[in-house]
Amino acid sequence: MTSWALVLSTCAGCYALKVLGYLVPARVLHKPAVRRLVELVPVALLAALIVVEAIADGSRLHLDPARLAGVAVGGVAVWRRAPFLVVVVAAALTAGLVRLA
Amino acid sequence: MRRGRQAAGVSGAASDAEGPPAGFEPARGVRRDAAAVSLAVGAYGIAFGAAAVSAGLSVLQACVLSLAAFTGGTQFAVVGVIAGGGGSGAALASGLLLGSRNTLYGMRLAPLLRVRGLRRMLAALGTIDETTAMAQAQQSPALARTAYWWTFAGVYAFWNLATLLGALAGSVIDPIRFGLDAVVPAAFLALLGPRLRTSRLDRRIALTGAVIAGLLIPVTPAGVPVLAAAAALLLAVRTPERAS
Repeated sequence: MTSWALVLSTCAGCYALKVLGYLVPARVLHKPAVRRLVELVPVALLAALIVVEAIADGSRLHLDPARLAGVAVGGVAVWRRAPFLVVVVAAALTAGLVRLA
Repeated sequence: MRRGRQAAGVSGAASDAEGPPAGFEPARGVRRDAAAVSLAVGAYGIAFGAAAVSAGLSVLQACVLSLAAFTGGTQFAVVGVIAGGGGSGAALASGLLLGSRNTLYGMRLAPLLRVRGLRRMLAALGTIDETTAMAQAQQSPALARTAYWWTFAGVYAFWNLATLLGALAGSVIDPIRFGLDAVVPAAFLALLGPRLRTSRLDRRIALTGAVIAGLLIPVTPAGVPVLAAAAALLLAVRTPERAS
């Protein structure tokens, strides 16, 4: 798949998922168990994405000190309840500065 | 993108106060909340635009995603998987898994918005965390509709403008030198943080998902560890729901 194919199929798929909610009768999918699972999907996937982004390069482990430092500082910022922009800017600045050093 | 819920919570608290002051117009408060949510979302849009181009997408591709997919978590996931060297199939599958909750939102919004035909097709595009939270926080269906359409308009404008700005900024600077590769995991941390504070089950699922992904990195093609982490949801099937 080229990057355009990925972009366009993501757009089409996301829109189809949204429209589906307006077309199906609520009782079909609106069971409490289904709702809970769908709402928990982001928790599992975000946690996995953080790990992969932080320590992987393709399918091998890659511990880049600058990136790890950036992610760690971002984690501390989230823990201290910093606003979103502060979190990402702190992470990028840290990674950039470690690379300068 | 959880700001919608916070702002909507503020709006709900305000209307609990003893009686509206003279001349108070609820729709005005709703529009003000919608503006606040839209501004907050702008920050995520800048981060998304910058992350998308540093992952190898063009400025136009980043903008098309924000215009037509218009769902932040999915967009970040797709970019995150390809930045990590994952294939398009894995990126698409992760993105659609994250987009599946918009289907539930649509089912909740349909009876509130009562839209048909073209307006329904347009309403579907705006069905995301923020607009659903704002619409559901209102006291009457009329206010819910006002909240929905104003939040949609504001978030759509700021999300797309911010994506363009972030993508342009990301394409003129060297992403590695400026540490942009740390932006995506930091953004994910910021999205996940609030969930971990409120629920023990969420913490267990996050930890399990992270462990599954970490163990699979060296033994599976890139992108697969993220998808496989969905197996952590099995914990929810057997665990009764309760707050921490």
